[in-house]
Parts: sequence; structure tokens; C-alpha cells
Amino acid sequence: MKLLTFRGGVYLKGRKGLSKSSPIQPIELPEFVYLPLSQHTGSPSKPIIKKKDEVKVGEKIAESGGKLSVPLHSPVNGVYKGTQLYPHPLGGMSIAMKIHVDPEKTEPWERVKREVDSLSTDEIVEIIKECGIVGMGGAAFPTFFKLRIPPDKKIKDLIINGVECEPYLTSDYRLMMEKSDDIFKGIDIIRRVLKPDRVWIATESNKMDAADNMRESCASYPWASIVVLPTKYPQGSEKQLISAITGREVPEGGLPFDAGAYVQNVGTALAIYEAVNFGKPLYERVVTVTGSVRNPSNFLVPIGTPFDYLIEKAGGVVGKEGKIINGGPMMGIAQVRREAPVIKGSTGILIQNEKEVLKGEVGPCIRCASCVDVCPINLLPTEIYKVVELNDYERAEKMGVLSCIECGNCSYVCPAGIPLTQQFKVAKNEIQKRRK
Amino acid sequence: MSSIIIPVAVLGCLALVFGSFLVFSAEKFKVELDERVKKIRDVLPGIDCGACGAPGCTHFAEGVVNNKYPVNGCKVGGEEVANKIAEIMGVNVEVREEKVAVLLCLGDRNVAKKIADYKGIETCVALNLLGGNKGCQYGCLELGDCVRACPSRAIIMGDKGLPYVLEDRCTACGVCVETCPRGLFELIPRTQDIYIACRSYNDAKTVKQVCSRGCVGCSLCARITEDEIITMDGNLPEIHWNKLKDSKPLEQALEKCPSKTFVRRSELKGGKKNA
Repeated sequence: MKLLTFRGGVYLKGRKGLSKSSPIQPIELPEFVYLPLSQHTGSPSKPIIKKKDEVKVGEKIAESGGKLSVPLHSPVNGVYKGTQLYPHPLGGMSIAMKIHVDPEKTEPWERVKREVDSLSTDEIVEIIKECGIVGMGGAAFPTFFKLRIPPDKKIKDLIINGVECEPYLTSDYRLMMEKSDDIFKGIDIIRRVLKPDRVWIATESNKMDAADNMRESCASYPWASIVVLPTKYPQGSEKQLISAITGREVPEGGLPFDAGAYVQNVGTALAIYEAVNFGKPLYERVVTVTGSVRNPSNFLVPIGTPFDYLIEKAGGVVGKEGKIINGGPMMGIAQVRREAPVIKGSTGILIQNEKEVLKGEVGPCIRCASCVDVCPINLLPTEIYKVVELNDYERAEKMGVLSCIECGNCSYVCPAGIPLTQQFKVAKNEIQKRRK
Repeated sequence: MSSIIIPVAVLGCLALVFGSFLVFSAEKFKVELDERVKKIRDVLPGIDCGACGAPGCTHFAEGVVNNKYPVNGCKVGGEEVANKIAEIMGVNVEVREEKVAVLLCLGDRNVAKKIADYKGIETCVALNLLGGNKGCQYGCLELGDCVRACPSRAIIMGDKGLPYVLEDRCTACGVCVETCPRGLFELIPRTQDIYIACRSYNDAKTVKQVCSRGCVGCSLCARITEDEIITMDGNLPEIHWNKLKDSKPLEQALEKCPSKTFVRRSELKGGKKNA
């Protein structure tokens, strides 16, 4: 049998053992939640409630702000305190809605009863849009938009992404262990919309128990098959996963449907099931709080909960605090302020203590080409780095910097410790800015 | 003897033939050059800063002749060069005010505290993408993109973290204005000494938490000056330089400003004394 994998990539220590065995647990509500208006790819949402309005769990508080945008829902019962500038976990400050949580009111959100089988495809997509569902693997791309495949494209392979290739993170793993039946019901809904030829549920060889658990639930769904891929980073990236499973490549600048494939995260599948069957909007998600904390855990967290509150709930930092990262160690973003909130795309919070934070000096490039070997999309990171250093963004664009998936492999392997990925992020941002 | 004469004669004839061919073709296939391009190029400063939009001074000169750039397009040369170019082109030019670049931030190491350590690409653009490591999200990032970008090397990093403008060298080309990812440079008239050195739109409470000299948005300066010389843009006052006749209103504002955000250029490092 052919080895299912992709070109490039690195082998990382999983470090998932820290939080692997901690079941998903709900947390006590914080005093305030902060909901940035821009939590997803696309235009920010627009608030539709007034200051001092009372809000209920799951109530729509902001509508979608454009073609590519989703509404926002209140994660708590409480009082709306207006908008303010608040740290955004993806960097910088952004406008956020502040809600004061009312600890007295604990009634949960109202379930809606729906006859799922009688819904048409368009109705399902509309429900997914109204419930504010976005990709839960980190990119937070609006799911309804992704589900609208152009009529001339045929989806051959639907891939459900349970790879979770980032070290430390275990939120998808816990979902596959605890909610496998619901995930399959969600996949069934996606399958009804897309009508693919094949359905794959992909996971990695370091999560065999999750694969076995999924296989058990899979027994009643004959159309699906479980694939266990050899553990390699960044296997969970959309394009790499398509390449590994189907052998087809997504063309440069193209989208997965150009390769006849569609990838959706397990967490999104679960959110789709809950939205379509019960009308539950996306207002909470599973977040792994791990690293140098006393009790690494997987929490079911209302969107908008500040990071420092979650770190406190996980027992606090062991040793002197070094770095707080939104996401995993490879693609995550180090936080300037520890009060940044959880957003729809936050998969985990990683805390590194002072000893773990890398502090080496940056050396000169010796052209060893380690970065070229590990680049999963066949770029020449060392060359592009130099071009960007000279502010020659046009040439960087010609060399394909816009295809960079920011996986962080080049920075990880560089023996000189050059922050290559950061440079590419800067270049991508500058090129986008100049286009406007 | 003939072994010398024959080669000399043959080579001499050949030289004559080729020479006359060159003379003929030079006249026949001559490319008409606009003399004005050369003249304009000679009056330009010749530092190829690119502030006019052309890649260099020669391209700008060609552009002026082809009506692609205005005669007063050279920001470095200012009024003097504009007049000379106008003379060459045979047109009139409006008088333009001489300007100088100023930094709109006072948050040096002792004034605005850093809240996080940064390790990564040492440019302001990269740090700005992460949101900066100062409490103030409008303040100077202190990594010197402006210093590297300035074509006349008029910006230098100070010892307290903030860059300063050497006004003798500043040609008001505006490259720093475009380079700074936080837009912390402004070109102000050289005749004016006082300006507001802050770009923070934060409310007073936030400003006080992160910076001891940031503008708190009290709008006192806008209230005490007349004729809408200073107006409020949200929490930040804006000086309308074109409405300003003398520096008296600004003197008043400088005196009254509770957070000392108005400063004199001449008292800053790099500023010309008694300007």
C-alpha cells in the first residue's frame, strides 16, 4: 500500500500527553466577556443591540457585515456594556463588544426542534450562516461560504480533518474521544450538501485511540472510512491533507474544490450538527490550556473569555511566565497582553515559562537549505527571505510568497534561528495592503 | 620599404571608409533628444529619493517634459528647484511652503513603558503586525524603519529609544511619512515651532495608564484658540496649518496643555535652535 503523506514537513514531539487525558469540562463564567467584531476571515460583524441591553445565551448580538461575514451571538446571560478597543488574540487592538456576565441567571440556551431530513440544501446552508459557524481549526473561514461550491465543480473527496498536527493541542482529540457520534451526524449533514463520492475521516498515528473510537461510531455509516496518516507536521493543513489522501494538488492560488476536495475540521462538523439539529449558535468552543500550567486541561469555554482567566482556571503558570501563545507552538501567535479573549478560531492556549522561551541570537544564513527541504509547498524560504529584507515585495510575490501557509517549519529547522515565517507574514501583509 | 607603405595605405583607406560611414550614420539616424530633459536633470538635487513617484531624478525630468509629473513635483528641491524647472518649461508655478518632518510621539523609554519583550524581525512593520510591545498602540515602535528609509539620512535613533529629525538635513521629501507603519511623521511648515507630538486616539484613562505625556483629549487647546485653528478629531486635536497666521495661538496652547503634549521643535534633539 502506498504511504499516504505529503512532500516536506517535519517530525515534531507531540507533547499531547499533558492534556490528553483531561476530559472536556465546562468552566465557571468570568465576570466579563469580550467579543471582537472581527473573529472570522472576511468583513467584521455589525452590532445590532444597544448599550445596557440585556442579552441571553445564544442571542444574536451582531449581524454579518458583508458578503463574506457571519453573525455573532452572546455566549452568556448578562448586560451589554458597549464596544471598546480590546486586545485581539491575532495581534493588535480591535473593536470588541463587552458583556457583563450575570451570575444569577443560569438558564441555558433554548433548543429548537427541527426535522433535519426535510430541510433543503439551501436551508441547511442558511442555518449554518445564521448560527455564525466558521472553521474551528484555527483559520475561522465562514463555513456557509465554503459550502457554496460553484455548480461546475464536483467534490470527489470530503475529508474530515481530525489530524490536529500542532504539538500540545488536544481539543480535536477530545472531541473525537467524547463526541464521535455527534461528529458523524454533522458529517452526514455536510455530505448531504456536497454529495461527495467518498468521505474520509483523517487522523494521525499518534491518536490511535481516537481513530479506534471513531471507527466504532463509523460502523453505522458505511459511506465513511477512517484513514490514519503517519504523524508529520503540517499534515492538518488543508492543502497538505488533500495531497496526502488523494494525491491531487490544489493549484497555486486555487481553492480545494479546484482539486475536487473539501476539508472540514471535526469541531466544525460537531458545530454544524448542533446548529442544524438544535439551532445552537457558535458561542462556545473547546480550548486546550496547556504547557507550563499546573493542570493542563480541555475546557468548554464561552467565546470572549480572557486568556488570563483561563490560565488561572488551569492552576496558574508553573515557574516564571515567559510566553502566552494563542494556538499551538508552530503557528500560534504570542500575546502582548494576557487579557486577550478566546475567539471562534482559538484552538488552544499554550503557556511557556521563562526557561522554555527560545532566546538565542539570530545568526547569518549559511545557505544550508534546511528550510527548502521542509517547506511543504516547495518554496525557497531562504531566497524569499532575502528579497523581502530588501523590501522588494514584487519579486517576493513572483517567488510565491503568497502561497506560504505560515506553518513555521522553516523557522523551526533554521540552524541560525532566523525568523523566516514572520518575515513572510510581513511580506504577505504588505502585498495585500499595496493591492488595495 | 613597400612592406610598410602598403599596410599603412590599406589601413588608412579602411579608416577613411569606416570613419565616413560613422559620420554619415550619426547624422542620418540621429535620435532627437529634448534638451530640456538634460537641463531639468541638472537643476534637480540628484539624490534619487523617489519621493516624487519616479524611480529617480532622470525619470522625473523626462516625466516633467512629457507632462507626467508637475513642475513642482520635486519635494526635495522645493520652491527653488520648482522655479528653475518652471523657467525651463516656460510655465508659472505656485509658491509652495517649505516644510520639515516632525515625529508625533513623545513616548520614549522613560515616558511610555513597554509591556512585553519582543524577539523577531527587527523592523517596525513586523512588530506592528503583532500589535507592538508598548502599552500605547499608537506610539513609536522604536525599531527605526524611518532611519533606514530616509534618503537624506536626516533621521537618527536617539539614546532614549525615539528617533529624531536632523532639521538641517531634512528635505521634507515625505518618505518617512509613508514608511512609518503607525503614521507618526508629519510635514509641518518650517516657520512654525510648536506642534502636538501625539497620535493617540485613546481616551484619557487609557492614555494615562500607558504614557505620561500622551494627549488625553481634553480639548482645552481647541477651546482656547479661535477661528478653528485647532479642531478635535475624536480624542485628538488637529492643527490646521493653513489657517495659522502667526504662532500666538499655539503659544497659548503650549502653555495651557495639561499633559505637555505640545512641544517646541527647537527644544527637541536635532531641532535647529532659535528657529
